[in-house]
Amino acid sequence: MTENDKAVSAKAPSFLDYAPAPESTSVLHLKKHYGLFIDGEFVDGRGDAFTTISPATEKEIASISNANNADVDAAVAAARKAYDRTWSKLSGADRGKYLFRIARLVQERARELAVAESLDNGKPIKESRDVDVPLVAAWFFYYAGWADKLDYAGLGPNPQSLGVAAQVIPWNFPLLMLAWKIAPALAAGNTVVIKPAETTPLSAMIFAEILQQADLPKGVVNIVTGAGDTGQALVNHPDVNKVAFTGSTGVGRAIAKSVAGTGKKVTLELGGKAANIVFDDAPIDQAIEGIVNGIFFNQGHVCCAGSRLLVQENIHDEVVDRLKARLSTLRMGDPLDKNTDIGAINSKAQLDRIRELSNVGEAEGAERWTADCAIPENGFWFAPTIFTNVSTSSRIAREEVFGPVLSVLTFRTPAEAIAKANNTPYGLSAGIWSDKGSRILAVADKLRAGVIWANTFNRFDPASPFGGYKESGYGREGGRHGLAAYLESAGWAAPAVTKGGKK
Amino acid sequence: MTRLTVPKTYKLYIGGKFPRSESGRTYEVTTKKGAFLANASLASRKDARDAVVAARAAVNGWSGATGYNRGQVLYRIAELLEGRREQFVDELMATESLSKSAATTQVDTAIDAWVWYAGWADKYVQVAGNGNPVSGPYFNLSTPEPSGVIAIVAPQDSSSLLGLVSVIAPALVSGNTVVVVAHQNAPLSAISLSEVLATSDVPGGAVNILTGSPAEIAPWLASHADVNGLDLAGAEQLEWVDLQIAAADTLKRVSGPVVGVPAPSIERIVQWTETKTVWHTKSLI
Amino acid sequence: MTIEKAIALAPAERAVNLIGSDLTEKSLKLHLEGLSGVDAVGLEQRAAGLGTRSIKTTSKAWALDTIIKLIDLTTLEGADTPGKVRSLAAKAMLPDPADALTPQVAAVCVYGDMVPYAADALGSAWSNGSDNGINVAAVATAFPSGRSSLPIKIMDTKEAVANGADEIDMVIDRGAFLSGKYGVVFDQIVAVKEACRRENGTYAHLKVILETGELNTYDNVRKASWLSILAGGDFIKTSTGKVSPAATLPVTLLMLEVVRDWHLLTGEKIGVKPAGGIRSSKDAIKYLVTVAETVGEEWLQPHLFRFGASSLLNDVLLQRQKLTTGHYSGPDYVTID
Repeated sequence: MTENDKAVSAKAPSFLDYAPAPESTSVLHLKKHYGLFIDGEFVDGRGDAFTTISPATEKEIASISNANNADVDAAVAAARKAYDRTWSKLSGADRGKYLFRIARLVQERARELAVAESLDNGKPIKESRDVDVPLVAAWFFYYAGWADKLDYAGLGPNPQSLGVAAQVIPWNFPLLMLAWKIAPALAAGNTVVIKPAETTPLSAMIFAEILQQADLPKGVVNIVTGAGDTGQALVNHPDVNKVAFTGSTGVGRAIAKSVAGTGKKVTLELGGKAANIVFDDAPIDQAIEGIVNGIFFNQGHVCCAGSRLLVQENIHDEVVDRLKARLSTLRMGDPLDKNTDIGAINSKAQLDRIRELSNVGEAEGAERWTADCAIPENGFWFAPTIFTNVSTSSRIAREEVFGPVLSVLTFRTPAEAIAKANNTPYGLSAGIWSDKGSRILAVADKLRAGVIWANTFNRFDPASPFGGYKESGYGREGGRHGLAAYLESAGWAAPAVTKGGKK
Repeated sequence: MTRLTVPKTYKLYIGGKFPRSESGRTYEVTTKKGAFLANASLASRKDARDAVVAARAAVNGWSGATGYNRGQVLYRIAELLEGRREQFVDELMATESLSKSAATTQVDTAIDAWVWYAGWADKYVQVAGNGNPVSGPYFNLSTPEPSGVIAIVAPQDSSSLLGLVSVIAPALVSGNTVVVVAHQNAPLSAISLSEVLATSDVPGGAVNILTGSPAEIAPWLASHADVNGLDLAGAEQLEWVDLQIAAADTLKRVSGPVVGVPAPSIERIVQWTETKTVWHTKSLI
Repeated sequence: MTIEKAIALAPAERAVNLIGSDLTEKSLKLHLEGLSGVDAVGLEQRAAGLGTRSIKTTSKAWALDTIIKLIDLTTLEGADTPGKVRSLAAKAMLPDPADALTPQVAAVCVYGDMVPYAADALGSAWSNGSDNGINVAAVATAFPSGRSSLPIKIMDTKEAVANGADEIDMVIDRGAFLSGKYGVVFDQIVAVKEACRRENGTYAHLKVILETGELNTYDNVRKASWLSILAGGDFIKTSTGKVSPAATLPVTLLMLEVVRDWHLLTGEKIGVKPAGGIRSSKDAIKYLVTVAETVGEEWLQPHLFRFGASSLLNDVLLQRQKLTTGHYSGPDYVTID
C-alpha cells in the first residue's frame, strides 16, 4: 500500500489536470475572406471589410465584408424578389422539405460548425458541440414540420406570411440565434435578411454554404455582415415587414422607437436579470450545479442567465461554501479543449464592461470572491466571480453584467423571495429550487418572467416558447408560439388597422 | 305639469370611487346639435397617475381570481347592463344623436360582447397555452398570463359605449386592469357604465375611466413606467406614432389605431397577455 | 396519533456523536428525513457531464494502473469451486503474465466458504490483515438477499472473519429499509460490524451493500448511505451485482457526495465501492474522474475506493497493452480467470 500511496501522490496532480484535448481544427476549411450572402451568392460588401478574431487568442480568423446601405438595399430587394416570385408561391410541404434538408446538413457538418463557433465566439467546445449546434439542427427539424401545418398554429385557418423579415442577432449564441430566427420565418413563408453580430459572423458564413448545398432558392435567406449601422439600416429599411431582434434592451428600445408607426411587426428578445431562488429544502447538490450552470454557462453571456442568486437566509453560508468549492473545480481556458468549462469573454469591450461593473460591485461594498484560475496570457478572460453581501440597490444586483459574475442575495420567506425576484424592470427568466412541488408551482405562478426553470436552469428546446415580460422584450421564440411572430391571422375577423398614421 | 328632472353629475371613475378631476376642471358635453347635456370632468395628468396607481393595486386581486370567477363577474356586468338598457339607449340617443333602434343595437351589441368575453375567462388559457413536448425529462407548460396594467384610448369616432366595451372587456378577461380614456365627445355612457361596474363585483381599480381630452392624457399614460400595455384603438386622430415611441421607453406592448370598433376576437385577449413557460424536472427515481 | 415505540438502538459511536446518546428509531428517522433531497434529472446530468472529461495520455497509463489497484476481483457464483477461486487468485496476483509490471488488484471477493481457498491460493501475496498485499473480501449476511435472521447473519460474518477474511461485504435489509424500519437496518449493521472484530481486537473492514437497484430512488440511496455510515460502515457499496441496475455513475456520484459531506462534517473518510456493471476501462475512468472531482484524488486509493468487478480487469489489460505496444490487442492476449 505504501507504494500505491507514493504513486498516487506523485501522479495525482497530473491526473486532474486532464489533457489539453483540443478539438481538431482540421474539420474547418475557412476562407481568408467572406463576402455578404445575397441572392444566393457571396458578394463583396461595399463598406470597409473588418476582421473577426478569436477572443481566446486575439488571432485573426478571417476578413469579413461590411454591408453598407446599398448592400442592405440589395439584400432586401433580393429577399423581396424571392418572396414575391418563389417562396410565397411554394407549398408549405416544399418549404418544409428545404428546412429538413438544412437540418440534416447542419447535423452532417455539426463538428465543423461547433469548432467554428468556439473559435469565433470563445465558448467551450463542449457547449457548442453538445448544446448550440444540436439545438440548431433541432430548431430546423421542428419548424420544418410546421411549414405545411400552419392552419394549426392557433391563428385560425390559412394564416398569412408577413413578407420580408429583417433579423438582427447577438454574439452570445451566433448560430443558435440564427436558427431561432430563420427556421420559423421560413416555415411561415417569409424571406429573410439577417445580420449576425460583428464579432461572431463566422458560423453564419458556413451556414450560407449549407444553404447553397441545400439548394435553397436564391434570395430566400440573405446574410449581411457588419456593425450596428448595418443593423440599423436593415431594421429601418422601408421594404421589410417584420423586425426580429435579440440583444440588449437599449438597442431593443431604439428599434421599438424607430419602427413605431411603420406597421412592421416586431419581436424583441432583450436583456434579463434573472433571479435563481434557492429554498432551504432544495436538492442541494443539484441546486449548486444549477447555480453554476445558470450563471457560468457560456461565460454568463446569456440573456436569461441566473445572475441574481436569491438564497434562503438559513442556508446562505452553506450554499456559498459549496458553490465556492464547486467553482474551484471549473476549468477555464482554450475554448477548443473538450475539458474546458469556461471559455473566453467574447470581446475586449465586453470584458471591459464586466470588469467595470465588478469594480462597482466592490466599491458598493459587496464582497468579491474569484475562483483561482490561471488566466491565459492572450485573449479576453474573466474568472468565475461571486459577490456576497450584495444589497438589492447595488448595480450588480440590478444591471445585466452579461458575464460570469453572480450576485448573492438572501430572503427569509417565499413572499420575500417573490418580491425580490420581481423587483426588476426585466422579466425574462427565473429559477426555483425546492423539493416541495406545491411551493414551486405557486412561486412559478407569481414570478413575472417568461421562462421559469424549476430544479433546472438554462434549458432550451425548439418546442418550448422563450421570451420575456416587461423590458425583456415581447414575442416568443420556439414552439407554436414562435410561429405567431411570423404570421398574420387571416381567417378570423381581424380588426382593420391603420398603417402610417399621423405624425 | 311636467316634473323637473334631476340631472346626474358625471365624474371620473378611479379605484372604484367617483372623484371629480383633481384639477377641478370640467368640459361641456352637448348633443350633436350643441344642446347642453352635462359637465363632464376634464381629467388631468394627475388623475391619470392616480388611475394607474389604482389599476396597479388591483392587479393582484383581479388576476388572482379564478377564471371562473372573473367570467362570472364579467357576465354580471352584462346582466346589470341589460337591466339598465333603457338608460343607456337614452344616453346614446342624446349624445350620439342616434335613432332609438341604432342606440338599442349598440347597447345590445355591447351587452352581448360582455357575454362573449365573459365566457373566455376560463378558456383562453387552454386555447392560447400549450403543453410542450421537449426532448428531455421535463414537464413543460406554456400558459398566458395578464400583462398587468393596460392603458387604453377608447374608440373616438362612433359608438361610444360599444367602442369602450370592445377594448376594456378583452383586456379584463385574462386579469389585466385598465385605465381607459373614454370617447371625448360622448363620454356619458362611459361614466354610466362605471356605475354598472361599481355594482357588479368588479373590484375597485380593475377598471378606471377617465373623461376629457385623449390628446392631453394619452401621452402621460404612454410614457408611464408602471403601465404594461398601450391600446391606441381610438388614437387615430392623435399623434399616435409619438405615443408609440413614448411607450417604447419601457417596451410596453402596443396595439395600434383601429378604424371603427374592434370586433370581438380572442386575439384582443391574447395581445394583453404574456406567455410563461415553466419547466420542471421529471423522474421516477 | 400513535407515537412510535422508541427502540434503544445498539450503540454506534458515529450516530451517538451526531444525533445524541438517546438514539432511538424516532430520532434516527428524523435525522434521515432531514437530509436534502435529490433531483434525479440534475444528478444524472452532472454524472453525464463528468463522463465527458477526457484525460491525458500520460494520465491514462496511470489511470489504468490505478483501476487495477482498485479492483475487487470477484467471483460470486453458485458454481464457485476451490479451483475457480484459485484461478481467480492467480489472476489477482499476476493480471498480465506478459507484463510483470502490471499492478496487483486490491482484493479478491468471494463467498464466505471460499475464503480459506482464496487465502491459501494467494499465499505470500495475501495481506492477511496487514496493509500490504491482496485482501480477501467475503460477502456475508445472507448475501445477496439478506433475508435471514440476525444471528445467522452474525454467524455468517464471524465465520468468514475467522477464516481470514480481511473485508466483509454485507448487505442491508432492504425490506426493513423500504418499510421505514431504519432502526432494524441500523442495528444489523452495528451488530455485523461487531462481528467483524477479530480475536486480536482489530476489525475486518466492513463494506455495506445498499443494493441501490432495489432501493430504487436516489432519495433512498442518500438515506441508506448516511444510515450505513452512521452505523459504522467503513465503505458504502452500491450493489451485489445480482440485481439490475447495479452500479451506475449517478448512484456512485450521489454516494460520493454523501461521503464528501460526511468528511466535511466529521473529518472522517469513508470508502465507496461501485460494484457490478462496470466492464470497460472507458467507464472505469469516468468513475475515477467522478471521484477526483467530487471528493478529491486522495480517494483514489484502495482503502477509500474500489471497483467490484470481474470482466473489467481484462478490458483494462487490453487497453494497457495498447498503450505499451501502440497497437490494439485482442481477447486472446489476456487470460480468462
